[in-house]
Amino acid sequence: MLVLLCAIAGAACSTRTVIDSGAPAATTAFPKDRIAKGATLAAIGDCASCHTAKDGKPYAGGFPVSTPFGTVYGTNLTPDPATGLGRWSEAEFRRALREGIGDHGEHLYPAFPYDHFTLLHDDDIGALYAFLMTRDPVRNEVPANTVIVPRAFVAVWKKLYFHPGEFRADPSRDPRLVRGEYLAESLGHCGACHTPRNKLGAEKKDEAYAGGEVGGWHAPALNAGSTSPARWTADAMTAYLSTGIADDHAIAAGPMAGVTRNLGHVPKDDVEAIAAYAVSLNSGGSGARAAPARRAAAGDRADSDVNGARIYAGACGDCHDRGRAADGGALPLQLAIAPTLPVPSNLIHIVRDGIVPQAGERSRWMPSFAGTLTDAEMTDLVTFLRANSGYPPWTGVPAAVREAKQARE
Amino acid sequence: MIELNINGRTQQVDADPDTPLLYVLRGQLGLNGAKFGCGLGQCGACTVIVDGNAVFSCITPISALGTRAVRTVEGLGTIDNPGPMQRAFIEEQAAQCGYCIPGMMMRAQAMLERNPNVSEAEIRKTMGVNLCRCGTHMRILKAVGRAANAMKSAKGST
Repeated sequence: MLVLLCAIAGAACSTRTVIDSGAPAATTAFPKDRIAKGATLAAIGDCASCHTAKDGKPYAGGFPVSTPFGTVYGTNLTPDPATGLGRWSEAEFRRALREGIGDHGEHLYPAFPYDHFTLLHDDDIGALYAFLMTRDPVRNEVPANTVIVPRAFVAVWKKLYFHPGEFRADPSRDPRLVRGEYLAESLGHCGACHTPRNKLGAEKKDEAYAGGEVGGWHAPALNAGSTSPARWTADAMTAYLSTGIADDHAIAAGPMAGVTRNLGHVPKDDVEAIAAYAVSLNSGGSGARAAPARRAAAGDRADSDVNGARIYAGACGDCHDRGRAADGGALPLQLAIAPTLPVPSNLIHIVRDGIVPQAGERSRWMPSFAGTLTDAEMTDLVTFLRANSGYPPWTGVPAAVREAKQARE
Repeated sequence: MIELNINGRTQQVDADPDTPLLYVLRGQLGLNGAKFGCGLGQCGACTVIVDGNAVFSCITPISALGTRAVRTVEGLGTIDNPGPMQRAFIEEQAAQCGYCIPGMMMRAQAMLERNPNVSEAEIRKTMGVNLCRCGTHMRILKAVGRAANAMKSAKGST
């Protein structure tokens, strides 16, 4: 059997083997508190986002993660024996998280962020296993990946960029920051989106948290390069992470909306720890970031600016100029981060598609302007908001507007 | 003067370019079907169709319209000759207070003109944007389903 599986797994069989660790544990073997702990950890890891298809059963897989190398589908994490984790032992599960190796001994594509999960403590991995193995099994064969890179190449990638090893705490540091660092760097895998990647798809460690890209959205910089007009505090970050909204800051949207939705179910201590760590990443600066000088006395404005200002006044100002505290009010755009980012994609997504709470969820609402404004008007509005932020103009706004439109159709 | 294309007719309007379309429809053109609910694009009572898309007329400045075609509930039919959407709402008696109904009809109309073969789930998802406060949701959904059937058979017979 081992020989057969090795043949399937292909190269480097000598170093990667199938673990013969017996049968998976019966679900009754897990105490309730272990399962509950695993549920919290799964929420911190936002596992459901990549392992749940649109309108699919939770954790049953099938969500397409697009990468520059092709599409990887989130696997079925429910304990179905044929299509999920049903036959996985805890040792196999641990190896997948810690070493990026599947149950047949094959290298896993790093779209599964084991470069972060390798930091997990054994006890936490065990709790996650207890949680997943007690979900309702769902038979769901996920689509085959369309990655152009053979798995054997992943071995080379790992040699270059993957540093396995459990998290080691620095005992001299504030325990809350250490807890936050552990959660953010391991399960939270914040850097997977917020750190830019190199051509081979590995995080650029020397540019940690300088801002990255995910699913057509820009994941803003969390380090000293943050362009947030209002400086983040630990309290604001805690509110943002656990509710998706913080005074004086944006509302979570795009891929971050799922993260904050999950963190809403996590005990406050842990969210506070993650928030404290996230804010500490930008400890270099001092005080509120000085906004660049606002451009443009009315006289210098281009036509597109005048048109954008007019659209703003008619379509946006009613809510955004009354302030968020007012009934039906929205964030004053001088405080919004989207116009200050290096690319226009987030601002365009929000204007086009609005901010729509999930069914049954109590949350803020911004209407979609997709049919209200033409592409040209959206371009003018976005260009105007950028100019008003004081940052230099974006290039390629019309193309980005078209791209965002196609992404929805 | 700003020129607008409303229900197939060109209309001259004397208003500030920032003025929301809703105000012009109701205040200047006597088209009182679209309602003012929240004024913030949150409730849908003001929904009209612009170039095939359902939009909130309360947050659509007239300067943004250009030559695009605006349709209001008045454009769907007359009292003597209601359109299929209006007929379906009458037959299902879908209005209680009626305030949300013109907006409901316009959103449903835009959806069915794109695709009359919608599922119940798609109807619910699309119509979820428009709020009804007094509670005829089930009848509204039935009316939209009825209109879908009517529009499908009308399409099939031509």
